[in-house]
Amino acid sequence: MTLTAPPAARPAAGGPDLTRAALSGRRRFTNHLATAVIWFAVLLAVIPLALVTYTVIAKGGGVMSLSFLNEDIPNSYRREGGGMGPAIVGTLLITGMAALMAIPLGVFGAIYLNEYGKQRPLARIIRLMADVMTGVPSIVMGLFIYISWVLLVGEFTGFAGALALACLMLPVVIRSSEEMLRLVPDELRQASMALGARKWKTTLTVVLPAAISGITSGSLLAVARAAGETAPIIIVTGIVFSPNWNLFDGSNTALPAQIFRNASTSFPAAQDRAWGAALTLIVIVLGFTIIARFISSRFAIKER
Amino acid sequence: MTLTNNPPATKPTLTQRGSSALGDRVFSWWTLGTGLLVLAILGLILITTVREAWPAFDAMGLRFITERVWDPNPATGDAVFGALSFAYGTAVSSLIALLFAVPVSVGIALFLTELAPRRLRGPAVTVIDLLAAVPSVVFGLWGILVVAPALVPIYQWMHDLLGGIPLLGRLFGPVASGRNFMTAGLILAIMVTPIITSITREVFSTVPRADKDAALALGATRWEMIRGAVFPHSFGGVVGAVMLGLGRAMGETIAVALVIGGATNITANLFAPGNSMAAVIVQQFGESTGTFTAALIGLGVVLFAMTVLVNLLAQVVVRRAEARMKGSVA
Repeated sequence: MTLTAPPAARPAAGGPDLTRAALSGRRRFTNHLATAVIWFAVLLAVIPLALVTYTVIAKGGGVMSLSFLNEDIPNSYRREGGGMGPAIVGTLLITGMAALMAIPLGVFGAIYLNEYGKQRPLARIIRLMADVMTGVPSIVMGLFIYISWVLLVGEFTGFAGALALACLMLPVVIRSSEEMLRLVPDELRQASMALGARKWKTTLTVVLPAAISGITSGSLLAVARAAGETAPIIIVTGIVFSPNWNLFDGSNTALPAQIFRNASTSFPAAQDRAWGAALTLIVIVLGFTIIARFISSRFAIKER
Repeated sequence: MTLTNNPPATKPTLTQRGSSALGDRVFSWWTLGTGLLVLAILGLILITTVREAWPAFDAMGLRFITERVWDPNPATGDAVFGALSFAYGTAVSSLIALLFAVPVSVGIALFLTELAPRRLRGPAVTVIDLLAAVPSVVFGLWGILVVAPALVPIYQWMHDLLGGIPLLGRLFGPVASGRNFMTAGLILAIMVTPIITSITREVFSTVPRADKDAALALGATRWEMIRGAVFPHSFGGVVGAVMLGLGRAMGETIAVALVIGGATNITANLFAPGNSMAAVIVQQFGESTGTFTAALIGLGVVLFAMTVLVNLLAQVVVRRAEARMKGSVA
């Protein structure tokens, strides 16, 4: 047919018109409408992000100062000034301790799933349950640690908060590490085995180093998410107004808990502190996220 | 030691020292142990919370779920703990969230997979990642101090406009304050959008190139291609993604606690204050004792059971959809 002829040479009669002009008005309109709706959806996601970022920076920036990051929390909502020092100490200590517990355990769990369990029924159940555990509400994890640790020890501690956060991080670390281990080519394992290395040695000295950048970035994302968790902190760590550097003795506090506490009051001084704490928390969380992205984009490509 | 376990055919020079064979076994047990930790924690959560909540379950029986009154300190008589009002709040706020979040998420996923010019794709993914990275308590803070007051005139206008319509108008009743079911649902919508988007996007990206090209070659517009090739192929996966979003919305605590208003209330009015199960726990846990604490933990048990069920179902749906799609790609 005339299909092969260039458009300019196409005879006036005969041959289907394949240009856009041949579309019926209704079909063209629907297509344009759908495209517009999709662009609008993207816009709808950008708006809240921009508004939140703007408000937190504008209101939090007004309070931000070196003394805000250092000073103790005033124990009256009304009092002006003061800072979030104890909460920053608490957030860093509690999140750090949680990471120290959850990341090694999670990585070993991932090694089981990818190197030993593979598609066996038990491994499949663990995989499914890890995904389900990711969806367990943080408040439930807080209640669990309250019952099984705080009631046992008899006092609120920062360590209880770390336990709760570790439980929340564990499944995330397991699943993201497993994905990374899966990307390690089998040839590496076979080469190591052929050289006579035992499986544990192969796993620890060949497979794990090959996947370490991906595992690190996945774990850092889990840490970032845990640092923003509020509900378990409120339930299990109690509250303090001056820094407590000991996770195992006495109550502690963290930035998210302070934001929650101060946000629900109607005192401007407290609300200002909440905005300042929010800015600090976002900077910490974003810091982790950016480092994670940097590691995964910088090192992952080199290895592949 | 375990040298004797090696097959006799192996040449002596290739065998390994016994100690590392032991190392192998210890290592595999240790990794298995850490893997089993997940199952252990889930089991322990169920056992310990149910045991601790038992006084409340025992006192209330089935009424714990069917009773709408929640009165920990009544002037006379026994305390009453009924979770129905809070279950209603959880359901309503989550449904509002999905109503807004699902179309937006599907739209963004389509944008990322089908529509976006290459240089816009990266920034769009970053927006979603950042939206997921913002801690929920920050959304809560923004919600209670900025969004709720700002929405009051809009709610008032909607009430004046739609409140008079019979039946439907009951959804848009009188506005008491900006802290209500609707605000909670809107804030939740922002928070579940990233998770629904990321899974939906993965599902869309598994649609075979050939299917899409075939649709376009038959003369379909881009939208007709999406409707005819992308949607039917990924329906199951999208359903799973929506359910994961639902699980997240039901369990979200802090942001909802700040913006839902804190009233024990069952009403069709979306502009009325209410409360959700997760929010009640975090609001009242500090001042509770005895059976009251047990009842709050009981709310946790109900919440745990519901989210695990929804998540389990969602995972099964997603997995099944994934398996089917991988089959068709090959």
